[in-house]
Amino acid sequence: MQYLIAFLVGGVICALAQLVFDTVKCSSAHVLVGLVCLGAVLNGLGLYEPFQEFAGAGALVPVLGFGSSITTGMISEVKRLGWEGLFTGAFEITGLGLAAAVVFSSILALLSKPHK
Amino acid sequence: MQPKEYQQLVQEHLPPRPIVKNMLWAFFVGGLICTIGQVVLTIAQSYERTKNEAAAVTLAAMILLGTILTALGVYDEIAEKAGAGAAVPITGFANTVTSAAMDFRREGFLLGMGSKMFIIAGPVIVYGILSGFIVALIKSLVLGLL
Amino acid sequence: MDNRLGTSTLTFSKGPRITSRYTLVGPMEGKGPHALDFHEILSDDSLGQKTAEKTERLMLELAITKTLEQHGTRIKDVQFLIAGDLLNQITTSNLAASTHTAPFIGIYGACSTFAEALGLGAVLLQGGFANQVLIGTASHYQTAERQFRYPIELNVQHLSTNQVTVTGAAAAILSFAERGPRITHATFGSVVDMGLKDPHDMGSAMAPAAFQTIQQHLADTQRTLADYDIVITGDLGKQGSKMLRLLLEREGCSGLERLQDGGSQIFGDWQSVGSGGSGAACIAVMTLGYVLNCLESAKAKRVLVVATGALLSALTVLQGESIPCIAHAIALEQ
Repeated sequence: MQYLIAFLVGGVICALAQLVFDTVKCSSAHVLVGLVCLGAVLNGLGLYEPFQEFAGAGALVPVLGFGSSITTGMISEVKRLGWEGLFTGAFEITGLGLAAAVVFSSILALLSKPHK
Repeated sequence: MQPKEYQQLVQEHLPPRPIVKNMLWAFFVGGLICTIGQVVLTIAQSYERTKNEAAAVTLAAMILLGTILTALGVYDEIAEKAGAGAAVPITGFANTVTSAAMDFRREGFLLGMGSKMFIIAGPVIVYGILSGFIVALIKSLVLGLL
Repeated sequence: MDNRLGTSTLTFSKGPRITSRYTLVGPMEGKGPHALDFHEILSDDSLGQKTAEKTERLMLELAITKTLEQHGTRIKDVQFLIAGDLLNQITTSNLAASTHTAPFIGIYGACSTFAEALGLGAVLLQGGFANQVLIGTASHYQTAERQFRYPIELNVQHLSTNQVTVTGAAAAILSFAERGPRITHATFGSVVDMGLKDPHDMGSAMAPAAFQTIQQHLADTQRTLADYDIVITGDLGKQGSKMLRLLLEREGCSGLERLQDGGSQIFGDWQSVGSGGSGAACIAVMTLGYVLNCLESAKAKRVLVVATGALLSALTVLQGESIPCIAHAIALEQ
C-alpha cells in the first residue's frame, strides 16, 4: 500500500511539474528551483513533514524533499545551537546526498565517457 | 514585416506541445522512481535508528542510482520521454552532477571537472539553502527559538 | 561598378568554380537519407580522439587533406585558406590552419559560414588575388552541445523545434580549372533581428534573414525562384522552413516547390531530431555532397544556396538579448 501511495504521489508531483514546464514555457532549471523553494516553504508551514509521513518516498524523492530537508535540518539545529543552526543545519540531512553525489559522480566520470 | 508582427506569426505557428502525453509519461516514470525509493526507504527504516537517518540513506541510494544510469548513458534517453519524471526526483539531481562531471573531465580533473561539476545543479543548491534559510529564520523567530 | 548587380549582389564574370570537394559526416548522418551523397561516413563520432573538440579538428584537417589530394594540389600552392566553425574563437579552424598552413582568413557566420566562405573565395578569385582558394568548415554534435547548451548526458527533454548539430566536415577548392559548377553570384546578407529570444527555436529566428536575402538576390538579379532548379536553405529546419514559406507566400512569391532545406533533409524522420539538423557543417556537406551531385548528374542546372546563421552566443541568451540572424546566398550553375 505504501508503495502505491509513493507511486501516486511521486507521479502526480512530476506530472504537475511537467504541466508547468509545458505551459509556462520556462526552463527546467526554473521549475526545479521553484520546487525546491516550495519544499522549503511547505516545510516551514508544517505541512511537508506530515506529508512525508504519509507519502514516504513519494515526498522524499522529488526535489521538493530536498528543500524540505534543508529546512528541517536548519530548524532542528537552531533548537540545538541557536542562530548558528541556521547555517549548520543546511546540510544536516542533505549532506549525505551531496557528498554522495560528488563521490559517486567522480568515480563514474573516471570510468566512463559521454555517449551521444 | 515589423518584429512584433513576425513574433506574433511565430507564436501562431509554433507546434503545440503534447502536454497530456508528456504529463502521463512524467507521472509514470516519476512514480516508478519514487516507488523504487520507497523500497529502499522501507529497507532503510528497518536498519536505521532514526527517521532522518533512514531518509538520508534513501537519498544517497537514489543518488547512486541516478549516477549509474547517467554513466551508462541511459538517463538522458529516459528523460527525453519522461521530462519532469526524470528531472524532479533526486535521481535527476544526481544526473546533473554526473553528466557535468563526465563532460568536463576532459578539461582536466581540477579546472574542468572540479570547477564545473555543479554547473547545472548549482541553482537548486543555492536556492534550496536560501529559501530554507529564510523559512527557518522566520519560523525560528515566530516560535521564539531565536 | 562592374562586378555588382542591384544593391547587394556580386557577379563573377571570370567564372570561378568549385573544382574539388570532400565531405565527411558522422555515423548518424551516415544513416540518413543522403548517406550516399557524402564522401566518407565515420564509423563512430570520435575518430579515436579523446575529446570531441579534437575530433572536430581532425575531421576538418582530413577534409582539407582529401580535397587537396583530389585536386592534385599541395597546400603551398593555395593562396588562401578560408575556414570557420561554431566554437569559441573558431578554435577548430585555427588549429586546422596550423596543420595546413596557407594565408588564413578565419571567419564566423555560425551556420552560414560555408556560404560566407564560398562567396569570399569567389571574390578573391574574381579580383585576381588568387588562383586557388581552399575553403572548409566543420561542426560536431558534442562540441556544440557543450558550448551552447548542456552536458551530453544531462536529462533534457527536447522540443520539436530544437535542432541537432550535424557532425561533419567539408572542404573544397575554388579555382579556374575547367570542372565543377561555376559560382555565378553571391549576395551577402545583412543581419536581421526580429526580436526573437528563444534559443530552442532558431529556425523561426533565421527565417526572416533567409527571406530578406532571397528577396534581395532575386531583385538584384531580376530572377524568380523558378529560375532555379533548387533553392536550398541551410538549416532552417522544419519550423524555420514553414515560417519562410509563410513569409514568401505573403509576398506573393511563386516557385515555392523549389525550396529545400539542408537541415530538414540531412536526417530522416525516423531519426528523432526535432526540427532537423543544424551546425556549420550542415549546409556545407549538403551543398558539396547532395547539391553538387545534383548539378553533376544534370538533375539540376542552376541552384541557389541560402545558408542561414543564428548569431547568438551562450551569454547573449542569458543576458536577455534577442537572436540576430543572417543569410548569405550563392548561385551555382553547371
